[in-house]
Parts: sequence; structure tokens; C-alpha cells
Amino acid sequence: MSDAEFLSRLQFGFVISFHILFPAFTIGIAWWLAFLEALWLRRREDHIRDLYFFWLRIFAVSFGMGVVSGIVMSFQFGTNWSQFSIAAGNVIGPLLDYEVLTAFFLEATFLGVMLFGWRRVSHRTHFLATCAVALGTLISTFWIISANSWMQTPAGYELRDGVFYPVDWAAVIFNPSFLYRLPHMVLGAFLTTATVVAGIAGTYLLRDFHVEKAKLMLRCALGFIAITAPLQIFVGDMHGLEVREYQPAKLAAIEARWETERGVPLTLFAIPDESAETNRYALDVPRVGSVILTHAWDGEVKGLKDFPPDARPPVKPVFFAFRLMVGIGFAMLVQALAGLVLWWRGRVFSSRWYLRLCACMTPAGFLAVLCGWYTAEIGRQPWVVYGQMRTADAFSGVALGSVATSLVAFVCVYAIVFGFGIWYLVKLLRAGPVAAPPRGGTEQTPARPLSAADGRSERPGASP
Amino acid sequence: MNLADTLPVVWFFIIGFAVIMYVLLDGFVLGIGILTPFADDERQRDLMMNTAAPIWDGNETWLVLGGAGLMAAFPRAYAIVLSSLYLPVLLMLIALIFRGVAFEFRFKAERSRWLWGLAFNAGSMFAAFAQGVILGAIVEGMPLKGGKYLDGAFAWFSPFSMLTGVAVVFGYALLGATWIVLKTDGRLQRIAFDLTRPLMLGVIAFMLLVSAWLPFLDPELKRRWFTWPNFLYLSPVPVLTALNAVLLWRAVLAGRELAPFVLALCFFGLGFLGLVAGIWPNIVPPSLSIWEAAAARSSQMFVLVGASFMIPAVLGYTFYSYRVFRGKVAAEAGYH
Repeated sequence: MSDAEFLSRLQFGFVISFHILFPAFTIGIAWWLAFLEALWLRRREDHIRDLYFFWLRIFAVSFGMGVVSGIVMSFQFGTNWSQFSIAAGNVIGPLLDYEVLTAFFLEATFLGVMLFGWRRVSHRTHFLATCAVALGTLISTFWIISANSWMQTPAGYELRDGVFYPVDWAAVIFNPSFLYRLPHMVLGAFLTTATVVAGIAGTYLLRDFHVEKAKLMLRCALGFIAITAPLQIFVGDMHGLEVREYQPAKLAAIEARWETERGVPLTLFAIPDESAETNRYALDVPRVGSVILTHAWDGEVKGLKDFPPDARPPVKPVFFAFRLMVGIGFAMLVQALAGLVLWWRGRVFSSRWYLRLCACMTPAGFLAVLCGWYTAEIGRQPWVVYGQMRTADAFSGVALGSVATSLVAFVCVYAIVFGFGIWYLVKLLRAGPVAAPPRGGTEQTPARPLSAADGRSERPGASP
Repeated sequence: MNLADTLPVVWFFIIGFAVIMYVLLDGFVLGIGILTPFADDERQRDLMMNTAAPIWDGNETWLVLGGAGLMAAFPRAYAIVLSSLYLPVLLMLIALIFRGVAFEFRFKAERSRWLWGLAFNAGSMFAAFAQGVILGAIVEGMPLKGGKYLDGAFAWFSPFSMLTGVAVVFGYALLGATWIVLKTDGRLQRIAFDLTRPLMLGVIAFMLLVSAWLPFLDPELKRRWFTWPNFLYLSPVPVLTALNAVLLWRAVLAGRELAPFVLALCFFGLGFLGLVAGIWPNIVPPSLSIWEAAAARSSQMFVLVGASFMIPAVLGYTFYSYRVFRGKVAAEAGYH
């Protein structure tokens, strides 16, 4: 691996890790905002509207950082991975183009209405704008996960002279891993937002700050985690079966299995030693590995030794990232179950230990999403298109000096932008959901009655 | 012409449309950023940013469409252009990051407010300059050896690309000034009016310089412009541009509000057209044609279906959002 290629990998890993934090958060907040606005339209209670605008401000800052770091992503394939673009552009290009056409414009345009249109459009149109943005986040997820899944489990193509040609678009889009990975990512994003909402509610309740609003937030978040956490564990398990079938080397790295065996144990912890091809300090639970991975007592799991060393992913990062992700998933399940029990006994808002637990869990979703992506992407190595094209062959061949410059620039710029972004988010959280509807336009009535909103006709072209 | 010949032509125009939409729409937003130092105070800078705050994000998305469209329809061109112009693209991206987050951060900041004002200004300026350099380098041509561009990390650096870089900064500033005329009143509008005429003179000078230089870049380019009947087909571009300049000048003198912005858009669009017309039928001059760089027919066809539905829809709701935010921007227009 040349130095320039290594730095390019480092840069891609860095900019995409930074980027994914924001979509992971904003997909969920967009739907949380749609939920809050719908609730407000029904009940017309001021504290719900205040909550909406509080989360809207947080959304705007996060979305802004997501947009600018996303633009970097859309050029990286050309700047640093141009051989990948030449080889796979026929397949990946259209999927990304559909993402821009069906999602990015929708989100970007209606975000403006959401942020600045409160006094300029009817409440119902404003709600539609919120829904359009929320829908846009999901459409975007659909296409980008489809593109990434195709790189994991390519299908519907033929390879001629090192170039991928699409032959069946349905097979390309709905490639074997897509329908597992799409719900997995969406649920992960929802869980990330829900744990943040619960964490902030917990922090407020601990400090007797905006108590009524915090109670509403905690109730919604807990209910949501209680539904999505078990669902996510189920989807993750199904996804595991798919990985075993289509990406056996990745599964072997996830589980640090070296030999192909039946009735394999579940390795809870170990230090995989890649040069000795064995695990040290392994803590194994007999048979459970096969039960989880194959849903059979005697199921066979392929080992890494079945693959030549130059076709194996790095074992340690995949093994640990996966365990951290699963651990966080179960911690969320415990958080939800404990919360439901306390809620049922009427003590959820007064159990300080539980509120502290929620506060500690605030960043858990982000960590789980990152770990999940590290498992997926590092586990795919050494391939950029699994089994077909190596990452090393995807590199542009850009000069070392150029890549070093860009890497240093991105690290510095993201440190500044991220640092200030976090600081402004902290400031917003400290201020809390204060009663301050946004200014905008000329109309001065803060909340018009429902009848007036209904009487106002929607503007042409309002449909998202 | 059969499908394999026509599809790349259709896609050349779709991507050209996306790029020109970007250049015009984000052009005036970047222009606002370039002009912020001319405001009297921070309150006026708030106003300037708020004229674009609800719509800038959608405008910038046209750049992403241009990029993704190029990757989908002409993957080889996407790969060659971006990897060869690595450093100007990097400069553009970093500048766009600062410009973009400044819209959010400047209104959240207190002590560091000046810093994000500066980020907005410098980000806009460098993004405009980098885009001009990229444009100039592409028009100037990228000789390929064995399908790769091997002239090194600084091959884009030339007097011509520096000239187009500065020219785009002036062009965007003119778009920005006429937009501020349209969206504000009072003292700020006066400032913008006063900026319009010197900026126009600057843009006209740059256009003449670039036009005079263009035929000498490449004999093929010269032949394309100055042989009969090409000259006849292409002559409307300079004639219309000159006419446009006169109309714009008079609209500004007459103190009109909407006409200068519309005319500035046409003016800039025509200049852009004149510069890019020389590329055809290449996508990476001087030798990679749109047919050589084209993606698989099935790829171009697949996206064309979606694009023919989605681009009108996007234009529709973009128009809607401009309508929602029409009129002069009020002092308290932010949501912050």
C-alpha cells in the first residue's frame, strides 16, 4: 500500500465518520419534529410548540454540519478514488444521482420553509414542510444504503474489462443485503435520536429544569426506545444470517473464528492474534455461536483460515467494534425495559439513578452507529466491491503531497467546525426549550386558531 | 442518430443545466458573501445573510446534482476532472464548508460572531475563486496520456485559470449586488446600487479579456469560433451579451429593482455559455469526447427517466419556496 493510498483511506474514514454522525442524528430528529408538530396541531398547547422550536434549532445546526460534510463526500469518489468511479460509476453514479434528485433538493428546500416560514405559510403547510424534510431523510437513506449495500453484496451487473455494467436495476438496488441494512440503519438513527432526547430529558429532570417539557420528552423517548430497541436486535440478527451467506470472511472476522467448524462457541471476549491465527484470553460460551449465527445447534461457521491472508479483513477492529455495537444495543434494551417498569410504578420521573442512566446514555447511539459502520466497512476489506474489486485498485494515484495537504486541512477544519458546532449545541441545550417562537415574515399573531389555519388556502406547488 | 449517440448529448445538456443553475443560484449567494465587507455594520450583514438564509441550501444542492450527475452519466470525466483538479476542488470544498456553517453559526455566536462573519466572507470569496479556476482549467484543456491526466498536482495553475478565478469572483459579486438591490431597501439597497456599476465595469473587462484570450488557448477553439458557418451560429452569444450589458447598465441607472437582477443572471449566463460553448463535443477538452466518457447506456437511460420527472418537480417546489420568501427582507427575519 502506497503512502498516498494509506492517507486517502485515512481521509475517507475520517470524513465519513464525521459525516455519518449528523445523518444518524437528523433522520431521527426530523421525524421527532414531525411528531411534535402533529401533536401541537392537535392539542395547540404552547409547551409543545416551544419544544418543536427548541428541537428545530438543534436540527438546524446538526443539519448544516451534515450538509457541508456531505458535499465533501460527493466529491471524494472522484478526487481520491477515481479508479473506483471509472469502474463502478455505471452502477453507483445513478444511485447517488437519484439520491440528489429525490431527497437532497426536497430536504434543502423545505428546510428553508421549516426554519423561516412559520409566519409566511399556514400551520398546515408548515407541517407539510416538516413532513417533506422528514420524508427526504428516509429517501436519502434508501439510496445511499442501496449504493453501499451494492458494494457489500454486488448483484445485477456484469464485469467487462474491469468495468461494472448494470444489467438488472431491480437486482442492483435490491441487492441481497439492502433490505436488511436499510431498516438496520433507519432504526439505528431513530434509536440515536431517542436516546439523545431521553438523555436531555433526564438531565433537565435531574436539575429541575423545564420539568413539564422534560417529562413529555422522556415519555416519548422511552416509548420509542421500547419499540425500536427489540426491533433493532431482531433486524440485526437477521442481518447476521445474510452476512454469513454473502460475506463469510466478514462474519469470521466479526466472530474471530479461525477454523471452519460446526457447533461453534460464542466468543464474548478475546484478543484476536492475526499473526498466530488464534485468539488469546478468549471467553467462550459453547455452542451459542452456532445458535445465534445459523439458528441451528450444529450450524457451520466458516473460519478465516479458509481465506488467503490477503483476502481477510483486519480482525481486531471488526471484532471489537461489533461487540461494542451489540453491547450498546442491549444497554438500550435494558434502559427501555427499566424505564417501562418504573413508569408503570409511577416512579420514572423521580428515580434519580434512572435519570442519571439516561443522561449517561445520551451519546450511546452515535457510538453504536460508528461501531456498526466500522464493522461493515472494515469488515468488507480488502475489497471496495466485495469479492470483485480491491480497495487498493480503486485509488486515484494522486500525489502524496496533495493527499497529505487535504488530510491535514480536513482534520483542522472539521476540528474547528465540530468544536464550535458542539459548543453552540451545548448553548442551546443550556438555554432549554424557552418560550420563544421564531421571528419571521410580517404577520404578528404567534399562534392563529385552527379555523384560520384551515381557511387559508395552500399556495400552488406546495405538495412535496 | 441512434440512442447510443443521442443519450450522451442529452446528458451533456442536463449536466450543463445543473451547472448553470448552480452558478446562477449559488452565484448570487456567494456574491452576498463577497460583498459583506461593504456593509456599514453587523445589522446590515444580518440582513444580507437573511435575504438568502431560507434558500441557500437548495441552491447549493445544484452543485451536488452536477457532481452526482457527472458521475452517473460520464464517470470517466468525473474521475479525471476531480482527481486532476484535486487542490482547487479541495479549496472549494473547504471554503463551502465555512460559508455553509456560517449561516447557522453566526447567529448562534456572541463573542465569536466576527469570526463567522469572516468565515462567510472568506468562504464565499475562495469558493468563487476556486470555481473559476476549475472552470478555466477545464476550458483550457487537460491533455490525457493513456486515459490519465499526468501533468502533476499543479497543472491547473496557469495565467488563464487565475484570470477566470478572479473573473468569477467579480461575476458572483455582481449577481449578489443586484440580489441585495431586489431584496432590501434604504441604506443597504443604496450601498448595493453603488456597487453595481463598478462591478459591471469589472465584469465587462474580464469578459473581454477572457474572450480575447480564448482563441489563443487552442487552435481547435479558434477554428470553432472563427470559421464559417460556426461564426454565424455563435455570433448571437457576443451580440446578446453586449446588448444585455447595455440594458443592465440602463436598468441600474434608472434605479429599477427587479430588472438588474434578472439582467445580471442573463449576462452571467451568456458569459458562461460563451466560455463553455468551446468545450463541445468534449467533456474533458481537448480530447475526451462525451461519447468516449459516457456511462453505460442502461445507466444513462435509468437516471434519465428519473431526472425527467424529478427536475421539473424540483424546479416547481424551488419556485414555490422563492414565492414564500418573496418581497423585501425584514429586519427581524431570522428564526434565530
